[in-house]
Amino acid sequence: MKNFLAKINNSKYFDGFMPVLAALSALAIGAVMLLFLGVNPLVAYRAMWVGAFGSSNALAETIVKAVPLLLIGLGICISFRAKVINIGGEGQMIIGALAATAFGLYVPEMPGWLVIAMAMVAGFFGGAFWGAIPGFLKAYFNVNEILSTVMMNAIAVQLMNFFLRGPMIDPNQAELLSKIPQTARLPEAYHLARWLPTRLHAGVIIAVVLAFVVYLLLFHTTLGYRIRAVGFNPDASRYGGIRVRRQVVIALLLSGAFAGLAGAIQIYGLNYRMITDGSPTGFTGSAGFNGIVTALFGGLHPLGAIPASFFFGALLVGANSMQRISQVPSAFVIALNGLVVIFVVSSALWQEARQRKRRIAEVRDDSPPPSEPDQATQDVSV
Amino acid sequence: MSKMTKVFTLFALFALLLAACAPAQPEAPAASEKLRVAVIMPSAINDLAFSQSMYQSLVEMQAELGGPDKMELVYSENMFVVDDAAAAIRDYASQGYDIVIAHGSQYGSSLREIAPDFPTTAFAHGTTAATFVDEGITNVFAYEAASNEGGYVNGVMAALLSQSNVIGVVGPIETGDAKLYIDGFVAGAKATKPDLTVNVNYTGSFSDVALAAEAANTHVSAGADVMVGTAQMVVGAIGVAKEKNVLWLGTQASQTSLAPEIVVANQIYDWKVVLRDIFKLMGEGTYGGKAYIVTLANKGLYMEFNPAFDLPADVKAKADETIQGIINGTIKP
Amino acid sequence: MITDFFSATVLIGILASGIRLATPYLYASIGETFGQRSGVLNLGVEGQMLMGAFTAFYITLRTGNVWLGLLAAIGVGALMGLAMAFVSIHLRAVQGISGIGFYLFGLGMSDLLFQKLMGEVKTVSGFGAIEIPFLSSLPVVGEIFFRQNLLVYLAFLLVPVAWFVLNKTTLGLKIRAVGENPQAADTLGVSVAGIRYLTVTMGGVFSAIGGASLSIANLNVFQQNMTSGLGFIAVALVYFGGWKPFGVLFGALLFSMVNSLQLWMQILNVPIPSDFAVMMPYVLTIIVLVLTVGRVRGPSALTKPFIREG
Repeated sequence: MKNFLAKINNSKYFDGFMPVLAALSALAIGAVMLLFLGVNPLVAYRAMWVGAFGSSNALAETIVKAVPLLLIGLGICISFRAKVINIGGEGQMIIGALAATAFGLYVPEMPGWLVIAMAMVAGFFGGAFWGAIPGFLKAYFNVNEILSTVMMNAIAVQLMNFFLRGPMIDPNQAELLSKIPQTARLPEAYHLARWLPTRLHAGVIIAVVLAFVVYLLLFHTTLGYRIRAVGFNPDASRYGGIRVRRQVVIALLLSGAFAGLAGAIQIYGLNYRMITDGSPTGFTGSAGFNGIVTALFGGLHPLGAIPASFFFGALLVGANSMQRISQVPSAFVIALNGLVVIFVVSSALWQEARQRKRRIAEVRDDSPPPSEPDQATQDVSV
Repeated sequence: MSKMTKVFTLFALFALLLAACAPAQPEAPAASEKLRVAVIMPSAINDLAFSQSMYQSLVEMQAELGGPDKMELVYSENMFVVDDAAAAIRDYASQGYDIVIAHGSQYGSSLREIAPDFPTTAFAHGTTAATFVDEGITNVFAYEAASNEGGYVNGVMAALLSQSNVIGVVGPIETGDAKLYIDGFVAGAKATKPDLTVNVNYTGSFSDVALAAEAANTHVSAGADVMVGTAQMVVGAIGVAKEKNVLWLGTQASQTSLAPEIVVANQIYDWKVVLRDIFKLMGEGTYGGKAYIVTLANKGLYMEFNPAFDLPADVKAKADETIQGIINGTIKP
Repeated sequence: MITDFFSATVLIGILASGIRLATPYLYASIGETFGQRSGVLNLGVEGQMLMGAFTAFYITLRTGNVWLGLLAAIGVGALMGLAMAFVSIHLRAVQGISGIGFYLFGLGMSDLLFQKLMGEVKTVSGFGAIEIPFLSSLPVVGEIFFRQNLLVYLAFLLVPVAWFVLNKTTLGLKIRAVGENPQAADTLGVSVAGIRYLTVTMGGVFSAIGGASLSIANLNVFQQNMTSGLGFIAVALVYFGGWKPFGVLFGALLFSMVNSLQLWMQILNVPIPSDFAVMMPYVLTIIVLVLTVGRVRGPSALTKPFIREG
């Protein structure tokens, strides 16, 4: 028995539970906060559980929430492995959605599937364009990508506001007092298929398939090898004949493209029109930031991002349900999310320690270093 | 396992245990007498603006109907993420609330989709005129505010109160309710003093308090001695107005408490007019299909004058005259 | 219309409001500069600013004393900074992500405390404008520079001080060494963890003061999420300034001046949509950086946790 436990404890699959344990610890602290707020934590957390997993509809909502997180997380897997920090997911998602929506609204009548497919491509390219700019600026003008992506987010929001209240406004709205800044609704034929009565849409299939594509891209193609090599050691890569600058642009471009696609899927799968409340979050739900967290939860591995996005989606959906049922302020939910992120990211130390221990135990001669899943935390002394 | 890991694991297991032992919460049976109301708001219930106007009206309705025993009120605030709001709307509806109010025009698309699934639940949203009746949906109410009316009244007062003949306006995004109000304001001010300068600044955000404050500072530098603004980020501008001793005219909810010495008057949105009728129709088995507009005439909009502010009698008289004119239809804001 | 721009009112207005707007950025960016020079990226600046802004406001409201408010903000900032330091240095968490965690925590927590302790938006009388004798009566310059509040003066004073500490003191040398080559610094007996704890905690303190400069000096109001992205701009400005205090000053002033310029453009009815006016500071910051940047290299050990070789 003891042996069995030890085996489980040393198993590499157990590593995946470390973030879960960390998240639960954060929830335990949240429980104390709830007591201070005069809310029974048991009632609150039960509401959270039920809201995320309690029914088929809840489960569908969780998956719906996970889709943009997964897509943006995939992009982050690519860019972080090239050691490029893309915090422009919000803006890239917005531009992707704008491009896809404009395509659906203004293209002449075509079969639904064709429009959907082409709109997805439009979203992909829209995001790619918005991601390529900071990539280009970083590679050729040495402009730090954190700076440029933060600025590009703000620019994208204002562009969205301009288009939705101006050129792209719903023709019906333009005549009304209220003038809601929203586009016309996309025709029924252009909507992604749904599993009725829930809101679960076909976007989830696209996202999961792409997770495998990104996995193949990163680990089984030359491009993926180059991206990882650049992230691991740019100088060595340069000597090895890799065009480092080009890889940086490609990494940010792809990262942006996935965010743009996420935006397109939000429109064609969920909202069917684009609406702005003036903030980026109103449309993205902070997926641009949460996607980064998702990717890290998944160990920067495209396949790891699948369960990670599901988990994080559940957390977000459950937290909203908790707000509704136990009437805790929404602010608590945001603070709790923050705690979960801090705890989970801090738990990587133990995960890493376990991996190191196993490696020593097995004395395994593994493939070249770039395949390390935790290279983002790589120590300089290595 | 290191000691830290153990502690950590224990802690986590404890949390898990807590969660597992959670008693099943008894589903509250819908009392036949009790009206169950859920509301979803884009910002905080105390934003001194749009969300507060609805929350306050609902709380007052609750008192009017006889307290929490007669009307249950639950809310989700800060639901600025449109598809989170959609999940909330569906959830409230499936929990059997009698009416779900989605207090934001951006939620309209979600309602259009959800409402048909809950034909005996009433839904309401605003500010908009779209009830979707033309699309065969019969359980959605819509409401909007003729905020240009109070804007016009504020404009008349601002023009009369201004010595420098420069007025500053701080707005969020150039659309919707904000634009309607500001257009009304400019019309009122210009009608009173045609040569008046009205400077308008949009900050491009509903939340950037710092930029709203700086916009106010800019207005003061440009010579403004009366300012107005709309949406929740204007608290920053009111702070500046207070410090620079510039007069302020509010809208949406009462902003007097923030700076009693400089707030002249507020246009208040009182949604009770709408709510009362909706509740009455619901009692008769009608769950939607009607669009409301609150105006000065139907008392859904009213001007609240700050008693602590010494408003010159002639300005007050002119304001009252303007209100009457708008109600009678002799003045078109 | 274009000539209006060259009137004294407008120019003075732009400069004076640019200086006010730059204040919170200066505190937060200088604090972040210290952290990054020692090798730690803190993306949680926004959360620290919000906590600082709330604490300063609440204590000032309760006690009526701005100094106590400022002190309390410093305390809370130090706590937030220490927590970030612990997570980054001892737990070696990925810094970009833990920062996002601290951002969310500060965003939610400041709002939660605001709702529970205050319940509604209020105003306080914060640090008032101090007119510096003689200088404030100078034409033009007086109004721009010498009629601001105390926290504005301190922010600008902080820049040369930060430059001096970083470049001319042993502490500065240690900070730079830890950020460039922690192994070597460690060999020379510098405590890498100690220095990083110091800089990251300091970063938290300065971010909190930056928040306080809004809530009890420039605006005298607290509202949930009142910084609305300011903290992220502050981090961006560190890169703009090439990790140098005076570079940061230039970036903060440029960004803020363009922001006040766009407010004036709207007032003067320059015929561009308001959205594009609002966009200007962001676009111009990128353009200026593209035009001016040289081969600035950041601290080599940035975002890399230090593990002493066994």
